[in-house]
Amino acid sequence: MANMTLDAKGLTCPLPILRAKKALKSLNIGETLAIEATDPGSAKDFASFCNQTGNTLLSASESVGTYFYEIQKN
Amino acid sequence: MSEQKSMAIIATQGTLDWAYPPLILATTAAALDYEVSIFYTFYGLQVLRKNLDLRLSPLGNPAMPMPVSLPVLVQSLPGMEKMATIMMRNKLAKKGVASVADLREMALESDVRFIACQMTVDLFDFKQSQLIDDIEYAGATAFMEAASDADITLYT
Repeated sequence: MANMTLDAKGLTCPLPILRAKKALKSLNIGETLAIEATDPGSAKDFASFCNQTGNTLLSASESVGTYFYEIQKN
Repeated sequence: MSEQKSMAIIATQGTLDWAYPPLILATTAAALDYEVSIFYTFYGLQVLRKNLDLRLSPLGNPAMPMPVSLPVLVQSLPGMEKMATIMMRNKLAKKGVASVADLREMALESDVRFIACQMTVDLFDFKQSQLIDDIEYAGATAFMEAASDADITLYT
């Protein structure tokens, strides 16, 4: 179970990333953030966000148009 | 030079559509811990107005998707610019795209530096009271200083 959940459904670039960044700020190192999004571009963007910020993308999946991500703050 | 990455953008456009790219890139770069400066010049200054009134014209832009194709002469009729602006605003809102005002606010919250080009502020007779607070006023030399240290520089 993630420490925090972010509902980014219905939002488009760059809002899911900006909201995720804000949410991660309030977490402690090692804690996790679960994100739900509907922006298809978010799949590449969250992987790229984690690459560039040093956080870990623990999981990424998609089901009927909704994208699920879990990010660990490092 | 600090270890933090940085990006410097020149923003010259003041229409509803072209206000977006600099703000989207700036807020995203800030989320990636970049230090960001946007140098607003010429029509770009419209994006710094307290009373944002960004518009769009179908004229001279055959790439703009319209619900019905209109001859150029019709596009030049009074009210067409207003119609195109309203249509674009509705479309942006319907698709969940942030407003320019919201993106600008988010950029300021994440410490993006907004620099208004003093020469064009004077050229267009803008008063500082017409533009948002928390911006700097400077010339090309200040941009060069930011740009020469930047990892990414863009002209929009």
